[in-house]
Amino acid sequence: MQAFTTLTGIAAPLPKANVDTDQIIPARFLKSISRTGFGKNLFANFRYKEDGSENPDFVLNQEPYRKAEILIAFENFGCGSSREHAPWALLDFGIRCVIAPDFADIFHNNSFKNGVLPVKLPRAVCEQLMEDARMGGNARITVDLEREVVVRPSGEEIPFKIDPLRRHLLLNGLDDIGQTMQRAGAIDAFEAKRAAAQPWLAAPAEAPATPPGA
Amino acid sequence: MSGQKPRTLFDKIWDAHVVETLPDGTALLYIDLHLTHEVTTPQAFDGLRQAGRRLRRPEATLGVIDHNIATDASRYTGIVDPESRVQVETLERNAAEFGMPLIPLLDQRQGIVHVIGPELGRSLPGMTIVCGDSHTSTHGAMGALAFGIGTSEVEHVLATQTLLQKPAKNMKVEVNGTLPLGCTAKDIVLAIIGRIGTAGGTGHVIEFAGDAIRALDMAGRMTVCNMSIEGGARAGMVAPDETTFDYVRSRPMAPKGEALERAIAYWRTLPSDPGAQFDTVVRLEAGDIAPQVTWGTSPEDVLPITGLVPDPEAAEDEARREQMRRKMQYMGITPGQRLQDLKVDVVFVGSCTNSRIEDIRAAAAIARGRRVADGVRAMVVPGSGLVKAQAEEEGLDRILREAGFEWREAGCSMCLGMNPDKLTPGQRCASTSNRNFEGRQGPGGRTHLLSPAMAAAAAIAGHLADVRDFQPKGTV
Ligand code: SF4
Repeated sequence: MQAFTTLTGIAAPLPKANVDTDQIIPARFLKSISRTGFGKNLFANFRYKEDGSENPDFVLNQEPYRKAEILIAFENFGCGSSREHAPWALLDFGIRCVIAPDFADIFHNNSFKNGVLPVKLPRAVCEQLMEDARMGGNARITVDLEREVVVRPSGEEIPFKIDPLRRHLLLNGLDDIGQTMQRAGAIDAFEAKRAAAQPWLAAPAEAPATPPGA
Repeated sequence: MSGQKPRTLFDKIWDAHVVETLPDGTALLYIDLHLTHEVTTPQAFDGLRQAGRRLRRPEATLGVIDHNIATDASRYTGIVDPESRVQVETLERNAAEFGMPLIPLLDQRQGIVHVIGPELGRSLPGMTIVCGDSHTSTHGAMGALAFGIGTSEVEHVLATQTLLQKPAKNMKVEVNGTLPLGCTAKDIVLAIIGRIGTAGGTGHVIEFAGDAIRALDMAGRMTVCNMSIEGGARAGMVAPDETTFDYVRSRPMAPKGEALERAIAYWRTLPSDPGAQFDTVVRLEAGDIAPQVTWGTSPEDVLPITGLVPDPEAAEDEARREQMRRKMQYMGITPGQRLQDLKVDVVFVGSCTNSRIEDIRAAAAIARGRRVADGVRAMVVPGSGLVKAQAEEEGLDRILREAGFEWREAGCSMCLGMNPDKLTPGQRCASTSNRNFEGRQGPGGRTHLLSPAMAAAAAIAGHLADVRDFQPKGTV
């Protein structure tokens, strides 16, 4: 995973609440078996017209937002399905940070695992940042994970908080599977204890009868 | 244990699965059962392969193919869509390579992952259950802690049988009283979401309690828990009781004999202790619930079927007014319109919310002796091959076909637009699924969520209709 330390870039305003994962990446684009290539279908239902041409009204089709690295939105961002394709699509497009008043749980989790930083800031602050973002290419916003501050184009610094463990993993680009595997001893011990206490969990009692024709 | 602080059902299952607690309070949580399907796993297996990792406990993992596949006879001759085929073949290849048990596509036990887990007796009370799918919350009806995870977490569980998790907050949603005629578990959960909103449960695990929940059969409890995620919650659960144990007793893969009795003795200790603290409590009277239907593009946009399309001008602020106008434009509806006047093009009875035998019985009870309205495409998609076989044994397929419904093969079907069953732009659908987001059932499609009986009533009437005007003709 790519580490996230500090990012300075163009922020795209998306003044919507409840941006769900079906909007971020519609289900019909989930058929790929790789992690990349989803960026062209990010927000596909908004970005493209029915004939496949670009919708010039959608923010990510406008300059300078085609190069946005930050997205500003409103409440409950990422609600809906568990698809990790949502952060993959953001990342593949080039967006590495989403700022919103709050996030749906699974999306929030998935983002961290992919080096996309979700930053929670109060609605009023998001509205200010939305205004900053509307200023386009002249208004770069900085997201500094090390210091846990967002720096507005005016230089004003807005503090945010990220869970310390997640911050550590993200700053260092660490894979948490590797971290967990170092605890294999504890997992072994837990499994042994559990097998004794709840023997019925060991394996399914029996498979159903073989279906006809199988 | 005496002297211990009273705990909730969630607390007990959580505590029983903590392998270790990290200094910042994150728990390394042990996972008893990991269900997998073709859409959210290819990248996880790829990750394992790249790192040279294996499945820690293949026998605690079960794969099934459900999202991508056609629900007509074409599945028997090979998947037509090349990308879907690659995804399905990838799961089959990964299962073989990593030794993961997989229910083959043409096996009778194939079905929607959240239908087959409980049906086969793999999902049991007291378990931690995960799947790369948000509606994993369905399995919480068993009295389990079950939640959806992303693909990176799928990889984490495959490799370590654990997850890194922060404890959730406890929420209790209590529904008391008796459900009025024509109302079902689906109406309960839609009414709950209407009350708490789509973010009402964020950060919480919901325990559904109260005598109206206790009175539900397992299928009804699964419907309620299924849509916990639409209320923003990580998971939903119902404490295990005699209804649960009776259900488990007849499941093929569930423990049997002495092992089962020992398990039941343990499961009886799981319900929340008297005096256990919940961070949030919400109460509803079942008697106040009327058959529900959604009008907008979020599950919280829900009203009784007797209602009118709301007026955006009555909303509290401009942002909300604008949002409502946009929803109405998308849905092709106008303020003040009677919901019952909305003509439907498609009716879909299916999805992990409502595709169990009980749901199909409810639809058939309304369809019996009646005809689907002209110009309406109505389809019934059983949640699994076993549900399908059971329905056929009961003659439900015949009743539905005679009424003009399509009777299809098991799968996710028109719940999400990623297989051949899709709405076309502008089509209006009465759907028993769980999400009415823009484009969920196909680009430009308009979804109204409702119960199976209400869906059948809409199919017959040709427009959204009040199931209370459609009393069953005879018995099914
Ligand atoms: S039926 Fe729908 S909600 Fe359920 S698993 Fe399939 S796609 Fe997801």
